[in-house]
Amino acid sequence: MNMAATECLLQLYEERLQLEDYQSGVPRWCSGCGDNAILAAVQRLCRDEGLRPEQTVFVSGIGCSSRFPHYMKTYGFHGIHGRALPIAEGVKMARPELTVFVNTGDGDCCSIGAAHWIHALRYNMNITLFLHDNQIYGLTKKQVSPTSPIGTKSNTTPRGAYLEALNPLTVTLGVQNVSFVAQAVDWIPEVLYDIVKAAYHHKGLSFVRIVQRCPEWLPKLMDPWMHDPQKVQLLHHESALKISSSIAKVYKNHIEHDPLNMDRAREIASSTGVVPVGILYQNPSVPCYEDIRRSSGLRTADYVRRGLESEFDKFTVWPEGADGQQAA
Amino acid sequence: MDAMTPAAQPTSARPAESRADAAPSGKPATTLKEHIVEIISDSGEGAQRCGQSLGSIAARMGNGIWTTEIIPAEIRPPARSVAGASGNRIRIGAGPVTNGGDETDLVIAFNEQVLLGRVRGNQLKPGCTILLENMWRASPDAKIAASYIDTHDRLLKAGYRVREIPLEAECRRHVADPRQGKNMFALGMLCSIYSLDLQVAREQIALTFGKKDRGVIAQNVTLLEEGFKWAEAGLDFKYRIPALRNTRPQIVVNGNTALALGVLASGMEICAMYPITPATSASHYLSDVFEKVGGVVHQAEDEIAACAFAIGASYAGKCTVTITSGPGYSLKQEAIGLAVMGEIPLVVVNVQRGGPSTGQPTKVEQGDLLTTLFGSHGDAPKVVMAPATIEDCFYSVITARKIAETFNMVVVILSDAGLATSQTPFPRPQFQESWLAPPIDQSEVPEGALPYAWNPTTGLARRFIPGQPGGMHTVTGLAHDSASHVAYDPEINEAGIRARSLKLAALQKTLRPPSIFGDAEGDLLVVGWGSTKGTIEEAVGALREEGHKVSSMHLQFLQPMPPGIKEIMQRFRNVMTVEGNWCDRPEDEIIDETNRRYSALAMLLRARYLIDVDCWSEVKGQPIKPSVVIRALRARLQD
Repeated sequence: MNMAATECLLQLYEERLQLEDYQSGVPRWCSGCGDNAILAAVQRLCRDEGLRPEQTVFVSGIGCSSRFPHYMKTYGFHGIHGRALPIAEGVKMARPELTVFVNTGDGDCCSIGAAHWIHALRYNMNITLFLHDNQIYGLTKKQVSPTSPIGTKSNTTPRGAYLEALNPLTVTLGVQNVSFVAQAVDWIPEVLYDIVKAAYHHKGLSFVRIVQRCPEWLPKLMDPWMHDPQKVQLLHHESALKISSSIAKVYKNHIEHDPLNMDRAREIASSTGVVPVGILYQNPSVPCYEDIRRSSGLRTADYVRRGLESEFDKFTVWPEGADGQQAA
Repeated sequence: MDAMTPAAQPTSARPAESRADAAPSGKPATTLKEHIVEIISDSGEGAQRCGQSLGSIAARMGNGIWTTEIIPAEIRPPARSVAGASGNRIRIGAGPVTNGGDETDLVIAFNEQVLLGRVRGNQLKPGCTILLENMWRASPDAKIAASYIDTHDRLLKAGYRVREIPLEAECRRHVADPRQGKNMFALGMLCSIYSLDLQVAREQIALTFGKKDRGVIAQNVTLLEEGFKWAEAGLDFKYRIPALRNTRPQIVVNGNTALALGVLASGMEICAMYPITPATSASHYLSDVFEKVGGVVHQAEDEIAACAFAIGASYAGKCTVTITSGPGYSLKQEAIGLAVMGEIPLVVVNVQRGGPSTGQPTKVEQGDLLTTLFGSHGDAPKVVMAPATIEDCFYSVITARKIAETFNMVVVILSDAGLATSQTPFPRPQFQESWLAPPIDQSEVPEGALPYAWNPTTGLARRFIPGQPGGMHTVTGLAHDSASHVAYDPEINEAGIRARSLKLAALQKTLRPPSIFGDAEGDLLVVGWGSTKGTIEEAVGALREEGHKVSSMHLQFLQPMPPGIKEIMQRFRNVMTVEGNWCDRPEDEIIDETNRRYSALAMLLRARYLIDVDCWSEVKGQPIKPSVVIRALRARLQD
């Protein structure tokens, strides 16, 4: 079911789409903003995978990152603060054949939308989620976010953030039914692309946290990691990401990690000092909510009528002498 | 007291399976126009089922009925508690019955404490017949026995016709656990009292317990028959309420089940919800049956998620419903604004309950009209409909889905706890294919076509749905131009607001003026909305019979309001609303014309039509009684 008429039509010619077929408008993000790197990686993904623009939907919430759909020449839904995930879940439930992406920020996902984040992991719908984590509220002009490091000075914490930062990786890895968790950084575009691609190919909710820079509000936050390649820990495994030789030359801190190993994934996610980059966890056998819930029958008018009539039968008071079966 | 003597009769011989056993036993039956009977017990003792079965039996015999669930606020209130009454109240009439009516005429109570709650709530008519389980008189617990005797004596003194009945003792003669069967014994008694056909009752039991094994059915039929026999011999009164013969098949469901059936019939495929009283039973029922027609009930993590999920599904081309009650509706308000801004069709059902805050979750109130009309921030026009009957609950969902998709608007259906828990038969609907949503448009969008190409006259624009080649755009809650591009241009912002507002006017042009109950002119026009229709019309009918020039009008569409209302109102000397939401009482010391808060509909009518519409309201959490409305209207007619 759910097969749109267009899918039934024989594709008479092959169309190769170019990058510009996915580009819409000029991004209004600040120069040097990590969102630009994510946009480039995702547009490249769409081109390389030949995603049909009309079959692809980007859903976002509110914040700098959530402007993302406006810059894609696909279908897009720029929603309300924190609610990108439930909107995307509705899209996927109604139309499982559509390719659905979610773009959300650290405030959108980990603060106002935190409930939806936890439950989206449980639903495990086949959606690719990009958490644009710049560790600050940007669009509302520099307020502390749940992922801001303790001590971060912001307009609401002028003497420094009071609380330890929330770690989106450990939180995500603590939720039942989680099926894909990866981390990327905006300043290594090649690996970012590989991770985005792996996330797209995973069937289930692919959670990708992208550590990104905010040149406007926290320009120096990521400097220690950017300036010391040893502090970036690349995860590789024959069944997951492989590191190219050019990357390996610059980033020498790599470890082999089997994404099926949840205990190890949690250890890696908890590490301090280094930024793990790669696929922390992947379990392809977690069922998707839309597959569990959707029936496969063709939903014809007659099908609905029969279902309805059988329900009416349950509640019908027949006039005396009427033959219930016949009238039904 | 005669009823205290158990009717010791042999139970071995089964009467022959014929209708002869339903014939009057020689006791003269008093003919009544109508009667209100209730069966109450601790929760879990089956009084609800007894009442529902009685209603169904009477309906099958052609009586008009209106049943109302009596629900305690807690799941398992302590046994024998005043607030713990659980059961059913059935108004049985010779003709059609449109509301729950006034106070109760006859009650069967399984203990005296649940009865006390009803007495204190002024639910019983003076002199009401009370059939009271007498097992407590001999309770080994001296306190219980004393409480029973004290209550019994005080009720007698208060003028109630109290008959003690040995429910438990009698049932024990037939079943091991009388707690499981008292309700069917009571049903048998009621069949005798109201001269109902025992064979129809047997069939009803077979229907009710259809899923259980034959042994269960047989045992319940035995209890039914024994209850019938006991009442024939042990009670000195008997009634008959003449019935009109049914000629059409009828459906007997409560308002929430009717809403859920409407969802099935509307062709919608997805319902996203979060549990909340009193709306949830609609989703319970839907969860049970929706998959049979390829549907999904999604229980979201919260109310906001339920609404956002529904919006996502609707956006993707399948108009979706989210079902909630007041507090949940408040939480959905921001998301509803998004659907308004993005012009995404959406059906929201709000089964109103007492408010504000947690209020009275199981009680009836019409308090959400204004928040529904004006809710969400900014100017967020949406369609608001209010079913007035159980039947309306069914059809309104079909209509709502159609309007939502035709106008790309949010349609809110305002039901309430009264409709949700009441049953009255309505003609079995004849399925029409046109009820269903059309297939999703996946055609190619012509080059240059815009997603918000607002028609300058109607505000309508064709929506592009994911999958349509060439239609790619990003829906946004930000102000946007006709290409859905974010725009801060003052002219563009106003153009969008204008278009979204015009759609309500366009819908209004398709509506018919409301019909009038009574004459088209007179001294007083009563205006109502929602679940009060039956009550108002009964009250108006009674006053008309006395010769008063009073009529009523009931609004199904609250936004937009149909044409013709002003002209109708102008033909009456006075206009007033009767509503289940608060209005300040003019007799209160500090209330005057400069500060009086009017009921919701009255405020709307005054604002829109510049007519001096008065109002009367009651917010006691109970369905408003016709006699109370009659008193209120009579006072107004004498002014």
